[in-house]
Amino acid sequence: MRNVSMKPKAPHRRGFLSAALSFFALSLSACDRLSSEPRARSVLDAASSLSYRVQRLLLGAHRLAPEYGETDISPVFRANGSTDPQDDEYLDLADREFADWKLKVDGLVEHELSLSLDDLRALPARTQITRHDCVEGWSCIGKWTGVPLAEILSRAGVKSQARYVVFHCADTLNDGSLGDDPESIRYYESIDLADAAHPQTILAYEMNGKKLDIAHGAPLRLRLERQLGYKMAKYVMRIELVRSFAGLHGGKGGYWEDRGYEWYAGI
Amino acid sequence: MLAREMTPSPAVAPETRGLAQDEPVEARWLRRHSGLVRFTHWVNALCFIFLLMSGLQIFNAHPALYVGAQSEFEHPTISITAKRADHGIKGETMIFGHAIDTTGVLGVSTTGGQVTPRAFPSWSTIPSYQDLATGRLWHFFFAWMLVLNGLAYLVFGFASRHFRRDLLPSTAELRHIGADIVAHLRLRFPRGEAAKRYNVLQQLAYLAVVFVLFPLVVLTGLTMSPGIDTAVPQLLSLFGGRQTARLIHFLATCGLVTFVIVHLAMVLVSGVWNNIRSMVTGWYDLRTEPR
Ligand code: HEM
Repeated sequence: MRNVSMKPKAPHRRGFLSAALSFFALSLSACDRLSSEPRARSVLDAASSLSYRVQRLLLGAHRLAPEYGETDISPVFRANGSTDPQDDEYLDLADREFADWKLKVDGLVEHELSLSLDDLRALPARTQITRHDCVEGWSCIGKWTGVPLAEILSRAGVKSQARYVVFHCADTLNDGSLGDDPESIRYYESIDLADAAHPQTILAYEMNGKKLDIAHGAPLRLRLERQLGYKMAKYVMRIELVRSFAGLHGGKGGYWEDRGYEWYAGI
Repeated sequence: MLAREMTPSPAVAPETRGLAQDEPVEARWLRRHSGLVRFTHWVNALCFIFLLMSGLQIFNAHPALYVGAQSEFEHPTISITAKRADHGIKGETMIFGHAIDTTGVLGVSTTGGQVTPRAFPSWSTIPSYQDLATGRLWHFFFAWMLVLNGLAYLVFGFASRHFRRDLLPSTAELRHIGADIVAHLRLRFPRGEAAKRYNVLQQLAYLAVVFVLFPLVVLTGLTMSPGIDTAVPQLLSLFGGRQTARLIHFLATCGLVTFVIVHLAMVLVSGVWNNIRSMVTGWYDLRTEPR
């Protein structure tokens, strides 16, 4: 109380510093809170829709992702996500070297298809040496051989209402964030029809000149060279054409999308 | 806009009561920064902080940088990792083959009272916990803002001749650079007439930031996008591959952080409130004693 009549002191340096630090800490925890606030996330996500639209404009339908030479192929191609699925159905198929495996194509198509590996190998093939970019930041270069998705879709006949191609996979991948419901932990992905028609969008059964191994998605995986690795579903079992993916799993169009990642992964 | 002396109208002039009766008003107050430079400066500062901290979050997802198109996992150029040590774990930062123990800040730090393996510490990332997806949301939102804001600044800077008039040093100024460096090191700052313009060191630093570091960060950022690489593959040749682009993105950011630290130190020692006032309201007090 003795200080009441005294002149206010010049701002104390220590006081200023600790005020600045508290302000910093408060702002940080505000950012944390905003990060889990759905409305804030959807504002931030507007940037992602903008990127999607701008990239679609720049890319056009048929521009090819850069391709590399044989000498560029990575000696070690890192496998990420599921690398050894333990699902019973998958283990059975793998035991018999995928001889009984069939790729189903259904949903909004004129003719449902069921294709064995031999059927796929009999279709026109494309081989490409491309760079695989993981959302984490690393890149590896590999050589992929497979059927252009467009070949399969043209045989199935895509109905005019269809807008997305969904890939249903054999592996469950549980990162613990969405509980144990089998629906929420089964891997899946979706792409739009523009990407589906792209010449480099292939379903690969060979990697670096050999049969695709389990770590990299045997018997069949998607290659989507203009986007990040998590879009490229491994262990593909079924392809479904849909009008909207809102009713599937978490509703965001993919396993990682349901966990907060962008649906468009061109950046 | 810099260095345009004006008589402030009473509505916009800051406090003038402190003026001695016989001082002319216009000798004291300088309209130092135009509205657009001030606006874009603060938007940029905001974007930079968010981009930096969300960028460190993204870096933490794979805390290693490489040269070339791909990642040679065994030979990163720079990496920040946690290693097993005699007592628990230690943080190790590797730069061009040199290992530095950075326990406490880089590689291993304390998060909520717990010793955690983490490249950049929790207080330096957005969000503070490990969450790559959310880090990317923040990063790309502010990346768009920074780019649009930067374009507005560039268009204005050229059109209004702000760059030529205020940022481009004259040959005469360049010749004096030695004396300027000495004066700076002794924390002597220009007063009066000379204080109306950015000095050479300031000009060079701003030019480097505006025309080298920011363009580098933006272009290398774009080069990391597989979509952009498809549209503009020349970027890959320009920077020597996607992983080199990621390395340059990181190094240019280090450059910007260094700039900001020096920038803030200079703002602090050459008259904090006068500087900040001039960058907020535009008005610079020519008679403030730098301290
Ligand atoms: C948040 C704290 C910041 C403060 C208080 C601050 C303050 C200032 C001030 C007072 C000036 C004018 C200098 C003068 O009149 O002599 C200035 C100019 C400038 N600042 Fe900052 N600044 C901050 C952050 C940043 C950041 C983060 C960047 C970029 C990474 C930046 C880049 C620049 C540039 C390029 C200029 C020159 C602008 C021009 O005239 O075109 N500043 N700043």
